Amino acid sequence: MSAHSWTEYLGLMAQGGIVTVELTLASLAVGTAAASIAGLARISNRAAVRAASRIYIEFFRGSSAFVQLFAAYYLLPFAGIYLSAFACAVLVLGLNIGAYGAENVRSAVLSVRRDQYEACTVLNLTRWQALRRVILPQALPVLTPLFGNNAVELLKATSIVSLITIGDLTFQAQLVRFQTGDTIGPFAVILTVYFVLALAIGAGTRALTRLSRRASVTVTR
Amino acid sequence: MTAPPTLGMGFALAEPARGGRVEFQAVRKAYAGRTVLDDLSFSVKAGEKLAVIGPSGSGKTTILRLLATLDRPDGGEILVDGESLWNEQRGEQRVPASEKHLHHMREKIGMVFQLFNLFPNMTVIDNITLAPVLTKRMKRDEAVERGRGFLLNVGLADKEHAWPDTLSGGQKQRVAIARALALEPQIMLFDEITSALDPELVEEVLNVIQSISRDRAMTMILVTHEMGFARDFADRVIFMDGGAVVEEGPPDAIFGRPSQERTRTFLKKIIAAGYDLSGPIA
Repeated sequence: MSAHSWTEYLGLMAQGGIVTVELTLASLAVGTAAASIAGLARISNRAAVRAASRIYIEFFRGSSAFVQLFAAYYLLPFAGIYLSAFACAVLVLGLNIGAYGAENVRSAVLSVRRDQYEACTVLNLTRWQALRRVILPQALPVLTPLFGNNAVELLKATSIVSLITIGDLTFQAQLVRFQTGDTIGPFAVILTVYFVLALAIGAGTRALTRLSRRASVTVTR
Repeated sequence: MTAPPTLGMGFALAEPARGGRVEFQAVRKAYAGRTVLDDLSFSVKAGEKLAVIGPSGSGKTTILRLLATLDRPDGGEILVDGESLWNEQRGEQRVPASEKHLHHMREKIGMVFQLFNLFPNMTVIDNITLAPVLTKRMKRDEAVERGRGFLLNVGLADKEHAWPDTLSGGQKQRVAIARALALEPQIMLFDEITSALDPELVEEVLNVIQSISRDRAMTMILVTHEMGFARDFADRVIFMDGGAVVEEGPPDAIFGRPSQERTRTFLKKIIAAGYDLSGPIA
């Protein structure tokens, strides 16, 4: 037993918490972009675009994020690509959650009734105009709760980055555990922190959903 | 453009139709293996008001869907003012219509749907101005100004800022008509536009159609179960059954002395169902 109490390391864990939040937000940005592009590509009328999107989605959903992270960090340098651990993490986590999100984008867009598409055709809107002004505004309120789910999944998945030397919440808790020999204390703390962060995401998502219902009617301006 | 001649009593005579001729030549269409149109041929003159009647499943709506470019025919030719709708000439070759060609052709065609298909995320006026602003590059102010005129035409001047889901079915359908008119099509398609309405709301919509048909030189093709209205409105009536034209002629002939047994049977059923064939909609 070390003479130190684990509570002396709370500052360290706070730092880890900040890293986790940063990582989640950055990956969410990458993931949202990836999901939007891949989700719309899934319903493109060009077969090649659909196929490319399909390959991306299947690859990232079909292999372990953990292995992808290792590959990005340890194998990419062999291909001459050097990324910081943080960049690797953001890329892998973002593309991963983006693959799940893409299916959500696709289903949200397809949830808009066919008669809306037909009205757009008859009014001679281009596909893009129809999507932007009529379809997406109606898909958005369907999409935001799914987006919230993915964001929570992402938050929880960030813990794997401790394996490539990033000092996130989980990493710091492990560190404290090794230093003090106390497991229950630090892990009880981070359990709570993850839970509170997830709650915050949930609240944020609900606000976003309300907003999107309102935005869906004004975005068309 | 010169103003249309008036009779001095405040109402304008319709201008002669600029275009809007439609020809179906041996058009075939099947959905999931079921033949819906079977070598269908007919034509509509520019500015003509045509009513298409017939039992459900006879292919009436399909005619409109092909013409509105919502569905592609399996064979045959559809001409609009002599130009192929679904095919185009590229050099020596005749190829299926590109999106660009369809865009060009759609400028002539407007459609009103059975279920209105208004955009729920926009107010009435935005529903009407969206397409003119986007497809005709009209200034928003101008589009709103004109949109108000069309709302006046359909008797909904006070509903400019209303949301579609606050309107009655009849009002929704009238907004949909104003929205279609705003693009000034030469051909207007009406797909059973009163079928989804409560009986007491049918008249207000039909009255609007009647007044449009008086004031405008548009070609109008109306698929309907309202036989009394078809009789009143149409220059010519087509009776369809089994994906083909069974009988066509002036309304008085079709409704008064149909020559085909199938037409007679159909009309008898309609009368038995309580529809009124006799005259102007009351």
